[in-house]
Amino acid sequence: MSLLEVEGLRIEFPSRHGTAVAVKGVSFTVEKGEILGLVGESGAGKSTVGNAVIDLLSAPGVIAGGNIKLDNQTISGLHGEAMRKIRGRRIGFIFQDPMTSLNPLLTIETQMVETIMVNLDLDKAAAFEKAIELLESVGIPEPAIRIKQYPHQFSGGMRQRVVIAIALSGDPELIIADEPTTALDVSIQNQILELIRELCKKRQVGCLFVTHDMGVIANVTDRVAVMYMGDLVELGTTEQILCRPEHPYTQSLISAVPRTDVKLHRFPSVEYIEKAEGHQIDVKNHWLGEQEVFGNPSGDVLLKVKDVDLRFETQSAFFKKNRRYVQASNKVSFDVRPGETFGLVGESGSGKSTIARVIAGLYPPDAGSIEFAGQDITRLTEKERKPFRRQIQMVFQNPYSSMNARMTVRDIIAEPIRFHDLAESERQVNQIVSDLLDHVGLGRASGVKYPHEFSGGQRQRISIARALATRPRFLICDEPTSALDVSVQAQILNLLKDLQEELGLTMLFISHDLPVILQMCDRIGVMKMGSLVETGDTDRIFSDPQHEYTQHLISMMPRVENLSHEGLEIEAQVAHV
Amino acid sequence: MLLFLMRRLMQGLIVMFVISIISFSIQDNLGDPLRELVGQSVSEAERQKLRDEIGLNDPFLVQYSRFLGNALQGDLGQSYFFKEPALDVIFAKMPATLELVFAATLIIILVSIPAGVYCAIRPDSWGTKLILGFSILGISVPVFLTAIFSIYLFSIELGWLPSYGRGETTSVFGLWESGLFTRDGLLHLILPAISLASIMLPLFIRLIRSEMTEVLHTEYVKFAKAKGLKKVRIYFLHALKNTMLPVITVGGVQIGTMVAYTILTETVFQWPGMGFLFLEAVNRVDTPLIVAYLIVVGGVFVVVNTLVDLLYGLVNPTVRLARTAQ
Repeated sequence: MSLLEVEGLRIEFPSRHGTAVAVKGVSFTVEKGEILGLVGESGAGKSTVGNAVIDLLSAPGVIAGGNIKLDNQTISGLHGEAMRKIRGRRIGFIFQDPMTSLNPLLTIETQMVETIMVNLDLDKAAAFEKAIELLESVGIPEPAIRIKQYPHQFSGGMRQRVVIAIALSGDPELIIADEPTTALDVSIQNQILELIRELCKKRQVGCLFVTHDMGVIANVTDRVAVMYMGDLVELGTTEQILCRPEHPYTQSLISAVPRTDVKLHRFPSVEYIEKAEGHQIDVKNHWLGEQEVFGNPSGDVLLKVKDVDLRFETQSAFFKKNRRYVQASNKVSFDVRPGETFGLVGESGSGKSTIARVIAGLYPPDAGSIEFAGQDITRLTEKERKPFRRQIQMVFQNPYSSMNARMTVRDIIAEPIRFHDLAESERQVNQIVSDLLDHVGLGRASGVKYPHEFSGGQRQRISIARALATRPRFLICDEPTSALDVSVQAQILNLLKDLQEELGLTMLFISHDLPVILQMCDRIGVMKMGSLVETGDTDRIFSDPQHEYTQHLISMMPRVENLSHEGLEIEAQVAHV
Repeated sequence: MLLFLMRRLMQGLIVMFVISIISFSIQDNLGDPLRELVGQSVSEAERQKLRDEIGLNDPFLVQYSRFLGNALQGDLGQSYFFKEPALDVIFAKMPATLELVFAATLIIILVSIPAGVYCAIRPDSWGTKLILGFSILGISVPVFLTAIFSIYLFSIELGWLPSYGRGETTSVFGLWESGLFTRDGLLHLILPAISLASIMLPLFIRLIRSEMTEVLHTEYVKFAKAKGLKKVRIYFLHALKNTMLPVITVGGVQIGTMVAYTILTETVFQWPGMGFLFLEAVNRVDTPLIVAYLIVVGGVFVVVNTLVDLLYGLVNPTVRLARTAQ
């Protein structure tokens, strides 16, 4: 008898336009002390399964079939008071974003003590003691002081520890963790994963671990269930799924995960994802391929960043000594050579995006200089900067907020061409936009649509088309794929690689994701707290990191393929398909 | 904290200064104060002399700087009609208005929070449809109509409540004429307070409902459910506290506005407060009193908003007052 048995679970979302089936007859079990990974891409229905177990489906979702048993007692179909007694007491829940799952207006003490009081029937004093004990066990230093504080006084990792402590506070038999580390930095992610694993093993608690991240799956789970479009397509041990996947979807999913051992020329193309539309054009003989002579073309350095300093005021005051600053960039210097991809890697808050914005001329630096094609562009008037703006374009992280929702895709892409007066006639503008849409794989017909009609990956294609519309030489990509699913990420990265080859683009590629950096970049700079701690060729940095922090980062990198060597062969085979 | 209060004081002074300029500069357009000051029998020559004496013939800037100099010493001029310092006249009427606003605010808080929360928790119930329907009605019916209708119903037809005046009042420390401590005073307060509250009530019910609906969809409310908490605690602690943040901000502005709205209510109910006084002052072209009233009401606005910001800081730990002062 298993701890959790899910049998033929079917979840529907009825609406006026018909019924959407989110989960189509899924069955699996979780044993005591076991961590079962539930993996899939966005829209696969994996979170829906987790929510259904404790009756927290968002409206109008309903369990339309099958049943869920906890310790041989049927809990599907329980609502209200009966389900409340199971939540917290028998099933603990950990949410994705620790920044939003704690109430910002209540102290940690209030939020923990209320949970313990209701679930363990303790009085306030005993609950407080238990809360301190729990905080200690999840590794929060000085719990007696910290418990009096509010969530905003904790860092992201610390908050997730608090959330875990709360999830454990009712001594549950089962924990459902819904993407618990997706919002965290890689080194903190590792600590949290270790904590969850240790707690599950020590307390013999079963865990349903929902994630989209194969690296996390490899690190923490015992068995894995793979979901695709509401179906459970494969279930097996972690080792079998990662190294000998049987279902073609699992195979293509795993092949899309960026490798951490060898650099491949392109990502293996994957099936089971949205198809690219339109046909590729011959860019070299196209308007887009015409490069104008700009600046000093013979130099072997296209972009020179020299001793850039930038600090932001975090607390303003009338007297200088009372002001507080954060040093976002501290004497950062590096060169980018023509045609190469230079990677900036670091954890959140390390100043990567700040540097990108300084280069793009969005922030003026406090000190230091930026040279582009031999010309100092640090302090230019808006008019002097205009030709450089054309040469340097950006692709932003979030494809949902970086486009005007009230403009058609055609206008979004045409805007920079019109602004810089690049085309001779409106007819030529239209022609260029159509060709661009075809080339980035959207198809010219999609120009009349609005951004919200596209998926995240398609929107990022629009962003890329927009960035290319001014015929830039230098492309800044700020976390271009961190909001995307892994298979879509592979497509977008391939597209960037192809475009770079065809157009001779130089790229500054910013990411917190080491495997992606390894696959994309020729040289890398590692940033920490506003300083560039190490620069070097990608191979050298990964094989022989010199700085302590780089070594730490690389050791934290989740690895999929070091489970077994057989895995590599499968991946290689898939790569050839 | 000290820095915050100092900044607020500075801002308040600037606001007051602007109000004084505006209110002082409109006084020329209100009519001739001489008409009310002196009888019909006074000759034109004497009128001119009197004008010179009060300084009505001086250039605007001279008049204004004289006014400002006096104002800084706490003197907003002499009421033409009452022949008393304008401020004293206003302060004598202020308790009536503030008690009316206080009672209306109390009604709004006690009704809008439960009603708004109910609408958010049970969005599809009949009760919700009824409350929202009534609130539409409340928004569209003007306040004097509500007042007149309620007088007709409760005073004339049913005879339950008095229709005008403040009733019996008691003096608190000889400074404040209060109607809150006698049965008669309280009975007189009910109808004016309800009709004053009726303007703002629908707005607050709708505001609380929409904020609460949003808060109920947040992750921390979902997490609170997953923790196994009882519904009452989720709704009235976790959700309501977060709902109140924007409501407090809007509330501050609205309470100030309500002081201004009392003009209508006080007129209908013959309530001897500042609003009623102001209307009389306008009719009598009692310019010093009009200017003083506008400045006092401006001051009430500034004080209420400062208090609201302090309250906001108490509820929301992420706002430290020194920082909001940025």
